[in-house]
Amino acid sequence: MSHAPTAGEPKRTPLYEKHVALGAKVIDFGGWAMPLQYSGILDEHKAVREAVGLFDVSHMGEIEFVGPRAEEAVQRVVTNDVSKIPDDGAQYTCTCREDGGIVDDFIVYRHDAQHFLIVVNASNIEKDFAHFRAHAGGIAELSNRSDGVALLAIQGPKAIALVTELTSGAVPAKGFTFCKGEVGGVSVWIARTGYTGEDGVELFAPSVMAPLVWDRILAAGAKYGIKPIGLGARDTLRLEARLCLYGNDIDDDHNPHEAGLSWVVKGRGFVGEEALARIKAEGPKRRLVGFKVQGRGIARHGYPILHGDRAVGIVTSGTVAPTVGGAIGMGYVPAELAAPGTRLVVDCRGKPAEIAIHQGPFYKRAA
Amino acid sequence: MASDDYPDDLRYTKEHEWARVDGTRATIGITRFAVDALGDITQVDLPKEGEAVVKDAVFGTVESVKAVSDLFAPCTGKVVKVNDPLGDSPEYVNEDCYDEGWMVIVELSKPEELDGLMTAAQYEEYLKEQE
Repeated sequence: MSHAPTAGEPKRTPLYEKHVALGAKVIDFGGWAMPLQYSGILDEHKAVREAVGLFDVSHMGEIEFVGPRAEEAVQRVVTNDVSKIPDDGAQYTCTCREDGGIVDDFIVYRHDAQHFLIVVNASNIEKDFAHFRAHAGGIAELSNRSDGVALLAIQGPKAIALVTELTSGAVPAKGFTFCKGEVGGVSVWIARTGYTGEDGVELFAPSVMAPLVWDRILAAGAKYGIKPIGLGARDTLRLEARLCLYGNDIDDDHNPHEAGLSWVVKGRGFVGEEALARIKAEGPKRRLVGFKVQGRGIARHGYPILHGDRAVGIVTSGTVAPTVGGAIGMGYVPAELAAPGTRLVVDCRGKPAEIAIHQGPFYKRAA
Repeated sequence: MASDDYPDDLRYTKEHEWARVDGTRATIGITRFAVDALGDITQVDLPKEGEAVVKDAVFGTVESVKAVSDLFAPCTGKVVKVNDPLGDSPEYVNEDCYDEGWMVIVELSKPEELDGLMTAAQYEEYLKEQE
């Protein structure tokens, strides 16, 4: 990743010029100049659900753990059970404070017991690196590789066919595994992971080679109907798949149990373990729920959730759901009002919109 | 900026609405600039026939995928017609903001207010200043 020439300007990924040349609407996203949209959010969303889309997610950070005790070091800072990750495997997890608050959520990639890579949220790179160093710095060697690594996501029902063609067959066999490959003569890591609810891969390439790889993917993807996808559609896609966005749905003031992420609290000996065990035993007081708006209105981030006349919670994410139809969202409500089917109201700038609590992903791709 | 982005027969507001005056009535919509800024429009909430609108006051909202925006009335009067098809087809605003994407027709109670709005040339100048 390259940094913008002047101080205070948003940072640029190695693909910034590509976005501008493609006519993207570029916005400042957490200090990064990123494409919000190219052809339009709905058009891009549809391309990923029906064909294939290409995302620049090079703003995300990469932190490496290396050394004989690398596995122990990773386990010290993540909530999930690291011993369950095979070589060339990946796992979704959280990293927490001593009090159980979520510092970040991410995917951990294991090369082998002595070499791990964690792909962290862009806005949390410095925070996570400091957190990891404080708790695991003495156990393994930690390096922030964010500047040297570009990350491209290829997602959609035609993604695997495209990647198979691009890499002459180097495709990770199943979800949450990765392998080495080559795109246009550039050596890359290909992981079968993503953030859209579709099958697809995320591709790690050296920053300097990223523009070449980007062009190769778009050229080879033309016959599959590939489109470049901005952050706008990335948000509608991930919300339909009911995936959390750090900073919206989860943050330092919320713990995995109330966020519905108890399934990633399986490890032993990690920072926050005691607090999380206590929270689990007591039962969380509030819960992150998904909801569908029943009539008109779009319940957006920050809108109050009402039960009768009483404000009982807050919307953390909300948007129209292009594939599912209607409007959907997520938000925190008291545990006793979190049962699926519960009807509540969101105050949409003075207009009430009835919502029904929804369990599980709003969108699930056909198996 | 191509001039057909901002037709000469309309008057414009700083909030990016347009008004097309026909006798004592004005048709109201939002400009190409507003549509481009909003992106894909997914819901349009408008007043009902017979309701009053007041110049510079909020008379409705437009929801796009990424944001919600208020609509500010360019003139004072009573709503005599609403573009009901926008309820099911809000994308008309994206596709054709000056024709199929019109929003309401208002019977003007203060026609002189329209004189205070910008011409197409003035609006384009205003947009340049905002850049």
